[in-house]
Amino acid sequence: MLRLTLPMNEATRLSLRAGDRLLLSGVIYTGRDAAHQRMVDALQKHENPPFSYDGSLIYYTGPSPAKPGRPIGACGPTSSYRMDPFALALMPAGLRIMLGKGPRGKAFRDALVKQAAVYLVVTGGIGALLSKRVLSAATVAYPDLGAEAVYRLEVVDFPAVVAYDAVGGNLYGDLDD
Amino acid sequence: MNKIARDRLVAEVARIVEEANIDLDGKAVACLKAALRNERNELAQGILAEIVENQEIARNERIPICQDTGVAVFFVELGNEVFLDFNLEAALNEAVATAYTKGYLRKSIVRHPLDRVNTKDNTPAVIHVRPVMGSTLRIRFAPKGAGSENMSAIAMLTPADGFAGIVRFVVDVVRRAGGKPCPPIVLGVGIGGTFEKAALIAKEALLRELDDEAMNPRDRELEQALYQAVNATNVGPMGLSGDTTCLAVKVNSYPCHIASLPVAVNIQCHAARHKEVIL
Ligand code: SF4
Repeated sequence: MLRLTLPMNEATRLSLRAGDRLLLSGVIYTGRDAAHQRMVDALQKHENPPFSYDGSLIYYTGPSPAKPGRPIGACGPTSSYRMDPFALALMPAGLRIMLGKGPRGKAFRDALVKQAAVYLVVTGGIGALLSKRVLSAATVAYPDLGAEAVYRLEVVDFPAVVAYDAVGGNLYGDLDD
Repeated sequence: MNKIARDRLVAEVARIVEEANIDLDGKAVACLKAALRNERNELAQGILAEIVENQEIARNERIPICQDTGVAVFFVELGNEVFLDFNLEAALNEAVATAYTKGYLRKSIVRHPLDRVNTKDNTPAVIHVRPVMGSTLRIRFAPKGAGSENMSAIAMLTPADGFAGIVRFVVDVVRRAGGKPCPPIVLGVGIGGTFEKAALIAKEALLRELDDEAMNPRDRELEQALYQAVNATNVGPMGLSGDTTCLAVKVNSYPCHIASLPVAVNIQCHAARHKEVIL
């Protein structure tokens, strides 16, 4: 089990290998379908990104509402493949650490290696457990999207596994699309 | 004659909607624990252990098992001696709106598939009502997450495809779905009927008790064959390999046309949530 802190420098990112089991601590950002659309729109219009992409991790989740006294509700991953087309645009802009669930398409995997990016996964459907690893949550962009807004999460010992590494390692094996 | 008051129905349904999202039923928990004992792949064991721990945290701390608290699906059996002086669908939708807003559940419904504006209270529900004899109203509820629903499929096979054709199709659907529907999964398989009937009985199959068996011997044989074949795929928990791809297979059948063999596969993730109330 590797303990890592976010944001993450390039050397650490490049050293990760498919199958590595991680415990993540520090600051991560959330975003799913609707937020990704806006991030790509912002990029095309040369507007500022909602957070600095350099060394940052984006976590594909749309949490359930926080109960009073808690930072967040259940917050497990959503299926990553839906974010493939957006990730193709965002990786060259610097967003090179992604966390979600499930395998992704070939175009994404090829681009990931080209960009020396990494894709991490976390078990789906364990949102209650994961909510206990979040210390704080704050909306940083697109509050009108509700659960789909971009949140800044402070996490501790958030479990993840490296699914695709920067040199083409693939924990899902060889999937043909 | 059983006259049911609207307030009571709304309150009872809102209660099961909230509970279903927090309290995974004992049979699902038993299946998951058995899978954990039998799994030989180390990464898969770790995933199953997380899933078992998660449902305990959810129940004890009243946090949803999964943030995708789903589309609200109801199967209602309405006895002929039940009297309701209100619109049942409207009452069920009110219960859903109450439970999702007051219960801190995620609202995941958009009002139109293309304009995608959130309705903000998780309504409307998907409601199936069947008239039955008797004086009770049975309401079964399942929150259905999109991850697994999106991987479901239907095929209009021909009679010649038969038993083997059904197995081939189902295994192919599971393989293609891979890790996307959050395996270990439960499979609801509907065979026969028409295009829409097969899908409906497949969904209803997911509401069966996880440890029951089909009444019809042919369906039972298919359940066993599919269970073996699906668990031999090595898709494994979260698609990362292992012995545990499915927890259970439920087959429901219906008579069909001489020229047809519809097969619907409704995939349910390991968060196999459902509750019922009888009024
Ligand atoms: S497929 Fe099921 S467990 Fe996975 S995210 Fe969706 S609702 Fe949750």
